[in-house]
Amino acid sequence: MFDKYIIDPASVQNIGPANAPTGFSFTTKLGYYRGLGLSMVEDLKVSIDDEALPREAVLFDEGQGPLTLDEMEETFDRRWAFGAPATIAVALEGGFPKGEHKLTLQQRLRISYMPFPSFNNDEKVISL
Amino acid sequence: MSKIKRGISLYSFQEEMFLGRMSVEDVVAFGAQLGAKGIEILPEQNMPTFPNITDQQIGEWRDMLARHGAHFTCYDMFLDTKRRKDRLMSDEEQVESIHRDLALCNRLGIKNMRILIFVRPDILERCVPLAEKLDVHMGVEVHAPWYLDHAWILRTIEVADRLKTKHLGILPDMGIFMKHYPPAFRARFERQGARPEVTQFIVDQHEQKVMCEYTIYEVAVKMQGNKAEVAMAETLRHAPYANPRRIGDFAPYFRHIQAKFYEMNEDYTDPALAYDEVIPELVKAGWEGTLSSEYEGNRWIQDVHEVDSREQVRRQHVMFERLIAKAEAELA
Repeated sequence: MFDKYIIDPASVQNIGPANAPTGFSFTTKLGYYRGLGLSMVEDLKVSIDDEALPREAVLFDEGQGPLTLDEMEETFDRRWAFGAPATIAVALEGGFPKGEHKLTLQQRLRISYMPFPSFNNDEKVISL
Repeated sequence: MSKIKRGISLYSFQEEMFLGRMSVEDVVAFGAQLGAKGIEILPEQNMPTFPNITDQQIGEWRDMLARHGAHFTCYDMFLDTKRRKDRLMSDEEQVESIHRDLALCNRLGIKNMRILIFVRPDILERCVPLAEKLDVHMGVEVHAPWYLDHAWILRTIEVADRLKTKHLGILPDMGIFMKHYPPAFRARFERQGARPEVTQFIVDQHEQKVMCEYTIYEVAVKMQGNKAEVAMAETLRHAPYANPRRIGDFAPYFRHIQAKFYEMNEDYTDPALAYDEVIPELVKAGWEGTLSSEYEGNRWIQDVHEVDSREQVRRQHVMFERLIAKAEAELA
């Protein structure tokens, strides 16, 4: 319902030393019409040019401190509020590749009243 | 003064609120301007610190509503039965979660709670004593593809009758009265590659009320429909036209209505949902409650159009005023 808005393309930046970035980060909103407990975010799949980055490389932070995606699924006392930006940081040697590249995010949510998982997808062409 | 009040659900402005273009107060002020002073809230959407809400926050909400002459009508609850990956919530945990919502609903001074349709009637039965104590009506949302007479809904009615309680019933979502296929849906599927001759076939089938599985098979197998065409045909599974003439029989079980819509015409008519048939039935039944706007068109047009929820909601309220006045005049 909010797919096209879930990646903020202006927020993409490298992290780590400027001459040797260790990864990149960007902000994202939850593509859902209400907030959700973090334990129900099953996956945040980040891809560059359709190549998925390893799940273990992804960290999520809604403002209360970074979590691995495995930790996120076991976090029962934190919520990702409606319309609130959170940060995704991805470990990637050299940072986000130079030149134009497609950044894709797929959020997989466990919504209790739905019989199947809910997927939100966005892709943005990024040039750092 | 009409027995039917007009209100808005904050859900209607999800596009503007998600993008930070309207605050909750902007929405309340806009509703008040339209004479839609009843506000339906989704605490999990509109209260960022949910479920931890202080008395001070509640005071701020009340003051804000008072500034605009508005009041709460309904609290939309959720139940995260799949909160844990490894198991469903136990029955006790489900009751506890609903109790938490009933308590917050009561602290906010709200008398109606929208219950998600998938919540089991036996779980709700266990919540009736607290709902009675707090004087909150738990209304199970009758949402498409369910409809008033659906066996799952009748189970809740059966519990309410057996307990002789006025605090358990239903809460209809007007999406169940889809008389015509929404043009906004069709246009979106055409932008995704559905061929006009196929979308016309699907619209015609819906118009004739052909049972959806026939149409889905025709499109998917016989016409070798593409992805967008099959997806459009599959929306028919969620596009029922329930019989408006049954409203009177169910009216004692509901006190609030989610006035779902996807798009309003410029001439203040709804191209899809049969409000022109539903509102006279509500008036005839002497039903008392709030028609609460629930605009859900943003997701169908945002790929090509700027979403203007205000204009859509405004048009719906002009329609409500006209239809209510007409039905009341005809009854008098």
